[in-house]
Amino acid sequence: MDDLIADFVAECREMLEALGGEIVAWEAEPDDRARLDSIFRFVHTVKGNCGFFEFPRLEALSHAAEDALADVRAGRRQPDGQLVSAVLAIIDRIGEMVAAIEAGEEMPAGDDSALIDALAPGAEGAAVPLVATAGEGHGKASAAPRTIRLSVELLDRVMSTVSDMVLARNELARRLRESPTDVPVDGAFERLSSIIAEMRDAITRTRMQRIENLFVGLPRMVRDLSAELGRQVLVDIEGGDVELDREMIEMIRDPLTHIVRNAVDHGIEPPAERLKAGKREIGILSVSARQSGNQILIDIQDDGRGIDGQKLVEKAIAAGIVDKAAAAQMTPREQLALIFEAGLSTAKQVTSISGRGVGMDVVRSNVERIGGIVEVDSKPGEGTSMTLRVPLTLTIIPALTVSIGDQHFAIPRSAIEEIVRANGESVTLEHLGGAGVATIRGRRVPQISLAAILGLDSNVDELDRTLIVLRPAGGDVYALSVDRIHDHEELVVKPAAPAVMATGLYAGTTLADDGSPILLFDAAGLAQVGGVKLETQERAARIALGTSEIVSKATSVLLFRGLDGSRRALRLAVVERIEEVPVAAIKQAAGQLRLQVGEAILPLAGARKDELGEGNVRVFRLNDGEHEIGYAFAEVLDFATIEKDIIHSDNPGEVSGVSLVNGEPAEIVDAHWLFANHVGAAARATEQLVCRLPADDPWMQNMLRPMVEAAGYRVVGEHEDGDADLVIASKGSEVGEEAAKKTIWLRTEPEASGKKDGSIYRYDRAGLLMALKSAGAGGGKKKLAGGAK
Amino acid sequence: MNELLLVVTIGGERVALPSAAVESVVELDTLIPVPRAAPHVAGLSALRSRVLTVIDCMRSLELGATDCSDGIREAAVVELDGHHYALIVDLVEDVVEALSEPSPVRAAMVPGWERVAEGMIETETGPLLLVDVAALIAGVERQAA
Repeated sequence: MDDLIADFVAECREMLEALGGEIVAWEAEPDDRARLDSIFRFVHTVKGNCGFFEFPRLEALSHAAEDALADVRAGRRQPDGQLVSAVLAIIDRIGEMVAAIEAGEEMPAGDDSALIDALAPGAEGAAVPLVATAGEGHGKASAAPRTIRLSVELLDRVMSTVSDMVLARNELARRLRESPTDVPVDGAFERLSSIIAEMRDAITRTRMQRIENLFVGLPRMVRDLSAELGRQVLVDIEGGDVELDREMIEMIRDPLTHIVRNAVDHGIEPPAERLKAGKREIGILSVSARQSGNQILIDIQDDGRGIDGQKLVEKAIAAGIVDKAAAAQMTPREQLALIFEAGLSTAKQVTSISGRGVGMDVVRSNVERIGGIVEVDSKPGEGTSMTLRVPLTLTIIPALTVSIGDQHFAIPRSAIEEIVRANGESVTLEHLGGAGVATIRGRRVPQISLAAILGLDSNVDELDRTLIVLRPAGGDVYALSVDRIHDHEELVVKPAAPAVMATGLYAGTTLADDGSPILLFDAAGLAQVGGVKLETQERAARIALGTSEIVSKATSVLLFRGLDGSRRALRLAVVERIEEVPVAAIKQAAGQLRLQVGEAILPLAGARKDELGEGNVRVFRLNDGEHEIGYAFAEVLDFATIEKDIIHSDNPGEVSGVSLVNGEPAEIVDAHWLFANHVGAAARATEQLVCRLPADDPWMQNMLRPMVEAAGYRVVGEHEDGDADLVIASKGSEVGEEAAKKTIWLRTEPEASGKKDGSIYRYDRAGLLMALKSAGAGGGKKKLAGGAK
Repeated sequence: MNELLLVVTIGGERVALPSAAVESVVELDTLIPVPRAAPHVAGLSALRSRVLTVIDCMRSLELGATDCSDGIREAAVVELDGHHYALIVDLVEDVVEALSEPSPVRAAMVPGWERVAEGMIETETGPLLLVDVAALIAGVERQAA
């Protein structure tokens, strides 16, 4: 009986898989008799079997669906979206039940009568927008090829026997070469060899599966997604007959699903938006697979809104993934590749579809784990194309074999950037505080020794070793020194036991030609165990300078907890970086706390001496473009934006006001006050301040603007229309027509140079406030101040 | 009740492994060390085209280390979660029939044995400790690492 149930479950599952695509196609073409028949056949089979096995709920469900479909078949009823949805819901429920039977669990609880009622003509049900499928299978019902079911275990046993046979043949070949043999023996051996090769080929094919299995679920998924999101999407599938390792198919299922979800969610626009952009309201999503060399290429293309590379770069800068200088040199392709960085999403808001915390970085790392590559290409407004390149079989990885002492190891070739000799002309090795730094053609890369990581003895002098420059997935380069390099080989790699994987160093094991095991390294794991800080990690701790975006109402701030426990916010743009410094480097000197960082001494704000405690303290390094000060704090809470109004404090001080940030009040730290008080007379600083403030001047926007706002001004950029009552500008800059009204000139030096020109030193807080007040009180030269509150 | 047991000697003590778990008994010659792996992972070896992860039972039980320098060692090959392991033992003795269900050992054991023991089992040659293969492979908990 158990066997019969197992067969029933397997049969149901197979039919369910094949059905996913059929049913959507049927919705698009309700007259397609062949598809209707195959769906009918499924529910009919389920009904027949479960009566036999006594699964009454399954029987009731399938019976109801069969009745409804029989009406359609007989022409008594026209299929509509509501009927299709009801049938789909029933098939889903059947799937759940079958899974429960398979797992030997209780049936999922729930009442089926609602599902059955939904089948009735005219029943209330959510109308589902139309989704059509086009593709190869179009028009022909799937005629299943004759198959039998085999356990993977048996298959693996056959495969490993064949591998053993190959090894035995190699052994025999070696023996034959050693002893003189006659021609007939050689001939017979040749024949045996070719048969074994053929058999190995055939058995490998049994592990392969048509990629169609991966694609059949897509139309259904896209249908459900687009219904949920109000999109109209046409799925076009091609190349389903490409074959792939069964394991590989499982490995790329999630990445592929994720990319398709993204395409529907973020790529393809809602119909109205598409029409406005002059496109057909139905978006086209095409998925195709093809073989190219020893790779399989899977393309996922949509004709949606595309990816804005510039926006990505801005986000990456704001998130601290790249710095401004590096961003400026990025090619469009590199800009798009930023979507694979962790913590970056172009979506304006997190949705239930794509925003599950797994992003494109996970897609990339999953694909790279199996030796594949993800590429992205996009034109804003025209669409996005993603390409997955995966090796033809999971188990064969091109690798370089290296050795330390007499032990061999392998390194995946995909991670290797170049190989240089440690004593080569363009290479120098240095040690800084015990850390290795290799300079290769002027580029400095961290260097680690494989022997040291592994704790093995090396009998090769440091300078005689070979440096392998590695670029692990998602990281930056580092150099690994090894004793010797041997050969490029295609290695049949198998996963290693958990106890071996726990070291974090290895990706798997393989067998050398002589049958002895070799460990394959994981390039990222080596770097991690070797203590190399990959650049991307370092970047995450650095916060880039702000951009001119800050003119907008929402201001990006860094939310943190001060040493005194208060919840505070600091404008993100003034924070240059975060550092941890020893308390011992902080001294009370010349009237205030000062922090020594390397050669420089910075004024330190945010703390009193007695608040610092012992050990280390974390500080923000704030920069106004010319001066740096430190600001001690306890912990960073979050990045946030201030969207609510700031309630300005009455007395000037470190805190300029309070605002609601993320639903709780936070004190807004006044960077201008900090610099004005801490940089003091030592300053040689410069900048400008206005009601009409230059929008592209970070100092004005970040430092001065809060102060001007606190004085009751509304701040506008120089390109906005309308009269300004006050213009603040840097001394020496050009000011247009508005200069006719009251203008405050700021200078960078505390002392006016040369003759008295009426300018104000930019950190002369009292002077500035005075000037602001006088302008606000109608002290304008030619006009009364009306706009100020 | 007729479960078969493989009697092996580990650290001078005769213990029983469930023979259903044991695929074969092999003599290991090559042993490729796995740098930085847990101490009880003696290395890798190959059985035909399969890679075996070799477990030093002495270390796993914190009874000391097996001396692998003299070459050939006897080992029992077991499969756990799709991976093959070779458990180095002092000696493989015999296969015997279990005469009882495992019952708890009520006296205090050495901590290493305590961790891997599934219970005491009666055989024709007297009571034997039945060893949990998975616990043997897991070795000392990560805290030591």
